[in-house]
Amino acid sequence: MAAGSTEKLSIVKAINASLRKSLETDNKVVIMGEDVGKLGGVFRVTDGLQKDFGEERVIDTPLAESGIVGTAIGLALRGYRPVVEIQFDGFVFPAYDQIVTQLAKMHARALGKVKMPVVIRIPYGGGIGAVEHHSESPEALFAHVAGLKCVSPSNASDAYWMMQQAIASDDPVIYFEPKRRYHDRSEVNTSAIPGPLHAARVERAGTDLTLAAYGPMVKVCRDAAAAAAEEGKSIEVLDLRSISPIDFDGIEESVRKTGRLVIVHEAPVFFGSGAEVAARITERCFYHLEAPVLRVGGFHAPYPPSRLEDEYLPGLDRVLDAVDRALAY
Amino acid sequence: MTVDSTAARKPRRSSSTKRTRAKQPTADQTQLVQLLTPEGERVEHPDYSIDLTPEELRGLYRDMVLTRRFDAEATTLQRQGELGLWASLLGQEAAQIGSGRALRDDDYVFPTYREHGVAWCRDVDPTNLLGMFRGVNNGGWDPNSNNFHLYTIVIGSQTLHATGYAMGVAKDGADSAVIAYFGDGASSQGDVAEAFTFSAVYNAPVVFFCQNNQWAISEPTERQTRVPLYQRAQGYGFPGVRVDGNDVLACLAVTRAALERARSGQGPMLVEAYTYRMGAHTTSDDPTRYRADEERELWEAKDPILRLRTYLTREEFADEEFFTALEQESDALAKRVRDAVRSMPDPDHMAIFENIYADGHALVDEERAQFAAYQASFAEEGH
Repeated sequence: MAAGSTEKLSIVKAINASLRKSLETDNKVVIMGEDVGKLGGVFRVTDGLQKDFGEERVIDTPLAESGIVGTAIGLALRGYRPVVEIQFDGFVFPAYDQIVTQLAKMHARALGKVKMPVVIRIPYGGGIGAVEHHSESPEALFAHVAGLKCVSPSNASDAYWMMQQAIASDDPVIYFEPKRRYHDRSEVNTSAIPGPLHAARVERAGTDLTLAAYGPMVKVCRDAAAAAAEEGKSIEVLDLRSISPIDFDGIEESVRKTGRLVIVHEAPVFFGSGAEVAARITERCFYHLEAPVLRVGGFHAPYPPSRLEDEYLPGLDRVLDAVDRALAY
Repeated sequence: MTVDSTAARKPRRSSSTKRTRAKQPTADQTQLVQLLTPEGERVEHPDYSIDLTPEELRGLYRDMVLTRRFDAEATTLQRQGELGLWASLLGQEAAQIGSGRALRDDDYVFPTYREHGVAWCRDVDPTNLLGMFRGVNNGGWDPNSNNFHLYTIVIGSQTLHATGYAMGVAKDGADSAVIAYFGDGASSQGDVAEAFTFSAVYNAPVVFFCQNNQWAISEPTERQTRVPLYQRAQGYGFPGVRVDGNDVLACLAVTRAALERARSGQGPMLVEAYTYRMGAHTTSDDPTRYRADEERELWEAKDPILRLRTYLTREEFADEEFFTALEQESDALAKRVRDAVRSMPDPDHMAIFENIYADGHALVDEERAQFAAYQASFAEEGH
């Protein structure tokens, strides 16, 4: 893709283009992960990058997630800006110790004297008919940890720009990629000036109720809003984009207008990011709420075998059901 | 039980026996690289040699004595309530000073939380080490000002950081080396195994320096391994060597060789410094519950400082004047440390919110403002 052009890209291609741009413009950027080299990653996100930038910058690693993140920390201490791929959501846990006890805390431990510009890419979420450990949404487990930032794009343009901003950040960023939307295509303008990384965006304006989501659930909410519109309900859809920090100001602004909030994510509802949003928004604008904040998400159950995932995942009907319940108050 | 640890439990030999042994080393003894015997006698090793001036020898002695004095003062400060905790290095001075003095300025150190002697070699002010044990910070020194990374408490994690840093050194085309400290307990951690794997496959210039001090809190090395730890390296495709960890000369010679090997592009090496934790794991520990006094007495006979003093005296490399002056220097250091700790201020309460993120975070900003307002409310009420 030529610099500065506008093009319709899939999310996979947009992340690839963003990584390519960073490899071109900053020789301290290195890509690391399992199968990211010749194969281009199991989802082809890093396709062609090792061919063009060499094995020193696009590094196939041993099959050891803690080792990948632990060595990325060391590279960051040496002045590099590693972009690490964890192959699937459910495989991040061997690295969880390094992420939580080291990566997140290093800047504070050093009283600010070292920085940890590490991006950890995690393809996450279900809906692709996969086997166990390939469909999970662990974002709350990372958002709970001070020192980390967590983002999740829902479209190709955000995928491109949020990756640029994540790499530019001097803080560790967990970048959750909505794998079931990987091949959704939308316009990407590579010469646009992006908005702030951690700001929510109004995906669709409305007046009766706010649907807040991020990553793969934004499309579901958009579809739900369109369906509700046919019944005369005006639904505002907010793409949160960032899970840590969460743009509570942006949500509050929307809820003050609509008076109702439903938050949707694939991750289990219990202790999920929706719980945090519900608590904060209730505290911030209690008197503007016409109904309790409702949540739609996964159950307190292991992610089910794929033949059951359509029942487990929030779909159009479950979102509309919550919309109806909120509007009934 | 390894061959060497069995040997370590044998009683001290008489002077004549010892000389015989030095001349006719057995296979077991060459396995443990030693250049200065517990009796203070210089011996040669076929693979590792060292030639130091009397001044350099006195320097190593001074380093060990001052480190031990600092360490003892810190233990005292903990007992008096000035520190919350202290992890003593007593008995491990030779392993730390020997390896620490093998380093070049441009080399980089990744310590555990017990590397006070290595910190000394890197010119990290000893009082900087005490902040985390007093509870005023979690480390806080600038790792890059002395190429001495922050103390790492989670066991073994830093071996991966060292490996990644070494991968970066190689990428930069620099000829520096990196050294990762860890212990016999850490050798069971997955991160250490992964560090061995990564360093081997990328041929990273890192030296893994394992201080096998025989005890991981209450668990003996036999609970961590069925083979001598240095032999683990072979399975990863790089050399491992066991050195007498109470012999500062051997630790220096072996670490120098390992670092030089790394600098010249030959990749990682494992050094197992066979030593003994003379004190408790930390000031919170009670070793009388799990180990016998007799074992400690056996290791007292191998004391790293005593054997070098014996050698310096016998060879007339140091006189009483030197030892007396060093004693005074030790006391002065202890006093400086003591004064520094006792006058170390508690951090401002708003420090809770500092340095969490380099680029800021909206929630931290919000909570900082709320907490500041909450604190200010007391002032307004005249408390």
